[in-house]
Amino acid sequence: MGPWPYLAAGWIVLIALYGLVTSRNLIHAIGCLAVAQSSTYVLLLAVGYRRGGTAPVFSDLRPGSRPVVDPVVQALALTDVVVGATVTALLLALTVQLRKRHGTVDPQALTGLQG
Amino acid sequence: MTARARLLMFAAAAAVIAVFFAVACTEMPSFGGASHPYGDRAVAAALAHRTANVVSSVNFDLRAFDTLGEESILFGTVLSATLLLRLARDERRRPAASERVLPTTRLFGVILLPVALVVGVYIVAHGQLSPGGGFQGGVVLATALHLGYVAADYRVLEKVRPLAVLDVADSIAAGAFVAMGAAGLAAGGAFLKNVLPLGTFNRITSGGTVPLLNAAVGVEVASGVIVLLAHFLDQAVEITGTDEPTQEDH
Repeated sequence: MGPWPYLAAGWIVLIALYGLVTSRNLIHAIGCLAVAQSSTYVLLLAVGYRRGGTAPVFSDLRPGSRPVVDPVVQALALTDVVVGATVTALLLALTVQLRKRHGTVDPQALTGLQG
Repeated sequence: MTARARLLMFAAAAAVIAVFFAVACTEMPSFGGASHPYGDRAVAAALAHRTANVVSSVNFDLRAFDTLGEESILFGTVLSATLLLRLARDERRRPAASERVLPTTRLFGVILLPVALVVGVYIVAHGQLSPGGGFQGGVVLATALHLGYVAADYRVLEKVRPLAVLDVADSIAAGAFVAMGAAGLAAGGAFLKNVLPLGTFNRITSGGTVPLLNAAVGVEVASGVIVLLAHFLDQAVEITGTDEPTQEDH
């Protein structure tokens, strides 16, 4: 497959950034950020893949009988998912407050600072 | 900045990123290759510590300190969401109305709630053996409770989620992770060192501290997610601004 899985991760992050730049709605922008984050899952799992490998879980697999994919990047992907979920939650909470205080969720309409 | 100028700037920046990223990708080790030095060492270390699920071993044994940071992020998010979504001075709380649901929906909830709770506990408890663990099982436990909302109404959900207890459980679980790390420091000379007996490979008691840390994280994630969702749901269901009366007030 050559470098295509890595390039796919790059493509995902670029379309997510395009969405962020052109976004007219903060909820949509948070969705774009989640897409950008998902590109890191693709990259991590692509880095850890081993041809013919299976899951690195030995409860029903004799150690050494089959190649396994890299468990370190899978653990990193888990960390990534948790951090992504917390960031999304926090940004959504901020958006709720913005909608209440400024009456809009359009980032381009938010120009002035308000004390 | 106009939308057009913004888009042009993005196109220029994206082109630079795309070119450098693509060049970097051609120098990467080939996809699916056999050389995974860290993976091989992690598998050997997990088997030496008799943990069948290597991903859990990496998260709760080899990289347990990073997981402490990860669960602190979660704890911080729950705290900040509580702060951001509190009842403001110009808002008031309107008790949720009880709602009619189809008897079949109610039956679905009654049957599925215990099943989902058991599945959640199972996933937390078997994190060292099979795919799953504290984070995944905690989310299953938290969603299970929200079947009360789906299959009944918000008042039922408020009865089955004791928020004050969950707040305390969240903090105790986060503290327990640190306490276990300190215990490893006292007994073995390194923070979060796996000092407990390692048990028999592929048994639920195997892995030393891994199942205990999994349990602490499971409690923290479950209570944290319930508290987090509670604040969002309160905003949607119960909290109204005094300036903009809702339809129900008329």
